[in-house]
Amino acid sequence: MSQFRFRSPSALPGFGIAYGFTWIWLSVIVLIPLGAVVLWAASLGPAQIYAIASRPQTFAALRLSFGLSLAAAALNAVFGLIVAWVLTRYSFPGRRLLDAAVDLPFALPTAVAGIALAAIYAPNGWVGSLVPFRIAYTPLGIFVALVFIGLPFVVRTLQPVLADVDRELEEASATLGARRATTVFRIVLPTLVPPLLTGFALAFARAVGEYGSVIFIAGNIPGVSEIAPLLIITRLEQFDYAGATAVATIMLALSFVVLLIVNLTEAWTRRRLGRG
Amino acid sequence: MADAAPPSSPTSESPAARLALIAVAVIFLGFFLFLPLIAVFTEALRNGVGAYLAAFDDPDTISAIKLTVLVAAIAVPLNLVFGLAASWAIAKFEFKGKSLLLTLIDLPFSVSPVVSGMCYVLLFGGQGYFGKWLQSHDLQIIFALPGIVLATVFVTFPFVARELIPLMQEQGTSEEEAALSLGARGFRTFWSVTLPNVRWALLYGVLLCNARAMGEFGAVSVVSGHLRGLTNTVPLQVEILYNDYNFVAAFAVASVLAGLGLVTLAIKTGLEWRYGDEISAAHRR
Repeated sequence: MSQFRFRSPSALPGFGIAYGFTWIWLSVIVLIPLGAVVLWAASLGPAQIYAIASRPQTFAALRLSFGLSLAAAALNAVFGLIVAWVLTRYSFPGRRLLDAAVDLPFALPTAVAGIALAAIYAPNGWVGSLVPFRIAYTPLGIFVALVFIGLPFVVRTLQPVLADVDRELEEASATLGARRATTVFRIVLPTLVPPLLTGFALAFARAVGEYGSVIFIAGNIPGVSEIAPLLIITRLEQFDYAGATAVATIMLALSFVVLLIVNLTEAWTRRRLGRG
Repeated sequence: MADAAPPSSPTSESPAARLALIAVAVIFLGFFLFLPLIAVFTEALRNGVGAYLAAFDDPDTISAIKLTVLVAAIAVPLNLVFGLAASWAIAKFEFKGKSLLLTLIDLPFSVSPVVSGMCYVLLFGGQGYFGKWLQSHDLQIIFALPGIVLATVFVTFPFVARELIPLMQEQGTSEEEAALSLGARGFRTFWSVTLPNVRWALLYGVLLCNARAMGEFGAVSVVSGHLRGLTNTVPLQVEILYNDYNFVAAFAVASVLAGLGLVTLAIKTGLEWRYGDEISAAHRR
């Protein structure tokens, strides 16, 4: 018997079969298929991936997807903060209904949300007919869909933190003569920066990969309103697996860089605030 | 949770500021959440109930509904079994590499649905790694039921496991150990002790898993091939009807999916309120 203990002793049975099954099923469904993407990307090599990425159509799609996803996540961070604040701190009629409704973008299938948004923001739609400019079938329409899809992330990340905020700090600040606005902006909001960044990152990551809710409202004009996930599908339909893999690889790499920056900023803010 | 302080309290916002913030929140959510939901049902009923119901006479729509139910009926139990096995191993035992395993289980949530579908095309598609072999053996995965099921299992992979793991970790192993020491066999212990303890969390996970399985669009779109009446699931049928300018039918079919989403949301919220202690801490209200 070796000295190495893989697991601590337990009286419970069934570890071997449960553990083994978990890894096998995980490998079959997730690891091997994702490994195929990595393998395919590796066989292309960085030079060819770069060559594909710098084609005008690919470059435009990536720029559009990342730019709009960042903008949508930023808008969600602002309004998500207000929504989370209102839902955790105030009581008003309909609060619970509103709270439950925040999960709607998770519950509504993306294609359903997509055609609904397209109908509302189309030139003859409820909102589209009220504004003097076009929303649907332009990048602005994509932005609207990405805001919709990212909305729950910021709210749901902030809510538990807001509920746990130490009210005594606010009381101390008030006793020392700070006005309410000063307390909110200098005492409460700084502690919310880390979860706000987490929510922003989650909303952004979801938006970059989003397909269903976007394509109906997007217009999908190459170079103008064609998002990166749609470009992947177009390439696959042309049996251009290399092109699809290249776009997907760059998408993953760029997402990784953005998320890394956000995580580092979050860690830095936490250190500065002196909380673990 | 939201016990409001009296209006004049120095540790709360002024009534005017509160009202303004509530108004901003309500208007924002109204525009982005309620308006699309109302639009689905309004557009579906635009030409009356007759036109709405006529949408479901279409044989392609009926076969899409059958396919979606079939795919969910395969994918959800698979993820249910996986979720139980994974949470038993992870929550009840200590072993090395646990956090790596947890991260890998959550991986499908951070992959774009389009990429989820793409990875199966790279494996099993015409030019994929196993494409030639499959063709020579007359097997079809992509543009057929197996591909749709695989893509659906992929995107719904973490749902059950991530509901069960935190809860089972909280509950620990003492109840199971008690059952075993009283002479119960392993399976009996699992069936009469562990399973009843997590039943609401299990229902919660299965519910979300099913909703996503029936509503998935991006991943399924990549592997389905869009063969009318054959490989179109309900969300893909919505797309086809919409692109055919058959708007009433598209929204009518979409309204069924929206209804499924609303029912799921209602039961989920109900579970959070009623059985908060018996689902994982992340969802307690």
